[in-house]
Amino acid sequence: MKPSKTALIAAALAFAAGTAGAQEGIDDPTRAPYYESFVGKRVAYVPVAMGFDLTEGWAAGLKEALEPLGIVFEIRDPNWSTDAGAQAITSLISEKPDVIVVHNPDVQSYARLLKKAEEAGIYVVQVNMRSSYSTDVFVGADYVGMGEQIGQRLVEKCSPANGGSGKIAITQGVLTAAASIYQMQGITNVLSQHPEIELVSNQAADWDSTKAKNIAATVIQQHPDLCAIAGFWDVMDVGTAAAIKESGKDVYLLTQGGGNRMACDNLANGTYSEVVVYFVPGQARDMATMIKHLLQLKQPAGTTKTTLFTPLTFLTKDNMTPASCWDLPPKS
Amino acid sequence: MRLLGGLSQEQIVFGLALLLCLGFALALPGFLTTNNLLNLVRSVSILGILGVAMGLVVIGRGIDLSLVALMSASVAWALHLSESGMPLAQALAIGLAFSLFVGAANGWLVAYVEIPAIFATLAVGTLVYGFGRYFLFDLDVVYVADSARSLLWLGQGTLLGIPLPIFLFAAVCLAGHLFLRYARSGRYLRAVGDNILAARITGVPVRPNIVLQYVLTSLIGYVAGIVTAASVASMNTRLAISTYVYDVILVVVLGGIGLSGGKGGIRNVVVGTLLIGVLLNGMTIMDIQYTVQNVIKGVILLTAIVIDTIVNPRDEQTAQQGDI
Repeated sequence: MKPSKTALIAAALAFAAGTAGAQEGIDDPTRAPYYESFVGKRVAYVPVAMGFDLTEGWAAGLKEALEPLGIVFEIRDPNWSTDAGAQAITSLISEKPDVIVVHNPDVQSYARLLKKAEEAGIYVVQVNMRSSYSTDVFVGADYVGMGEQIGQRLVEKCSPANGGSGKIAITQGVLTAAASIYQMQGITNVLSQHPEIELVSNQAADWDSTKAKNIAATVIQQHPDLCAIAGFWDVMDVGTAAAIKESGKDVYLLTQGGGNRMACDNLANGTYSEVVVYFVPGQARDMATMIKHLLQLKQPAGTTKTTLFTPLTFLTKDNMTPASCWDLPPKS
Repeated sequence: MRLLGGLSQEQIVFGLALLLCLGFALALPGFLTTNNLLNLVRSVSILGILGVAMGLVVIGRGIDLSLVALMSASVAWALHLSESGMPLAQALAIGLAFSLFVGAANGWLVAYVEIPAIFATLAVGTLVYGFGRYFLFDLDVVYVADSARSLLWLGQGTLLGIPLPIFLFAAVCLAGHLFLRYARSGRYLRAVGDNILAARITGVPVRPNIVLQYVLTSLIGYVAGIVTAASVASMNTRLAISTYVYDVILVVVLGGIGLSGGKGGIRNVVVGTLLIGVLLNGMTIMDIQYTVQNVIKGVILLTAIVIDTIVNPRDEQTAQQGDI
């Protein structure tokens, strides 16, 4: 019995010591390395341009997530100039930030530069519009899948079997942008199986609302029984909507965007019929998560390729809630 | 070519437009309907209004590359002000004042500082866009606020079944025509454009007249901006950095207003605008791909210019002055 008694006392003492320790709290062993891995890191962000809902929303989200950790977040704004963007990336490659977040104007322009950046040891995160070169991370909509879903929606709405005229039109942005190319692929995949749907117009409006309006006005003129127009960006499609309103016809306008408050307002007042939303704050969070992941793993850039497709929501007047859309933070 | 020898560029372009019209009318059912023709003119009426603005300054042997930048910045600012709660009329007045001020600055740089118009206005255009983006409004696209919905009538309404922008285009053309024809400063403008030294010797107040040209241009540009904003319920300030201003110059030059100044009138702008309108409309109906449209547009414009060069060869004066 004796030895076991000693053991009991020892055990009791150990237990007491343990609970005493627990009362003071024990340190989370992952904490220090977590914070250490971010201090002094630099993330550079090269969007197509600042000044519109998507790029401002991503910037705000990244800033909010990264800066409290001591990460330096900087923006290089090429303001719609692909040349200026390429220059920004080139100079970033020599400046060697830890991460570059890039929003590609088209699938080709930055491809080689992004490869170079990875070779120089910089992690490259691409957002929403991808380059033909895959880098460490892509966060954004699955445009082919999105095109397929939009194609399905158009078939549902406009198929003669469902009482539609079968005539649809598409207004793209810039033909070479990833959002246009991949999405057209998806739409074509669906429409090729539905010969009853006739694509009467497939034009590009350069992301400009005035051009979109003129195209839509002419198409509706030529096809008064047009059933639906699928536009590739809500900001541009205010023009399409104006043309529909002026024509007085009942044309279903299916557009898409980042889910800014403007989209919900325009759904509520009937400007748009339906908006496909890739939720921008969610994308910003995905990017921030992936950046934290990369900075903690410390693998060489380009080791892994991760794609995170953003979940899509098809918003209409009926299913939207006040939380469906987001507001830009006020500028400080 | 002797047969065409008597034709001016304006007539050639008008002929070309008619020819295209005829071709489209035969080939495309639905082209030659009242509604489509109205739509055609409506779609280019903003371009036409800007063309009148540019035309005036080109006749005065200048050029205004800041036209579109100024239009988008001043209207965007006005919309932004009204969005933040200012009454619409007051916001529009402030935008207009800004526009006229920059126009006067343009004129001052050209007339008094004697910087060539092309450089002065190029710099001012860049400056205005940058200034606007940084200080006046935050976002690329500024929407028309709900409280300012009444403005939309200007761009989307109709009067007697005809879209309002067409009336505005016509009114601007008429005003421009009357100004050039009957106003004293309008005649001075042409005199200054034709031969600035001769105009000065005969006692025309050359410098104030040049300032006036740029102020007028900015005024008409502002009107065009309001129509743009009203027709799509928003102002896209990216226009300032697009090639839109060259489209405007194209309309002017295509219509036959020589860049060497002193030649042409508002009719030339109308003709140039119509040709572009017919082209765009026909190609959209045919659903021609955007990039191919640009090729066709370029080829037709080149054709018009080549025909003009052959029928109206350079004379002594243009050879001496150069085109621009």
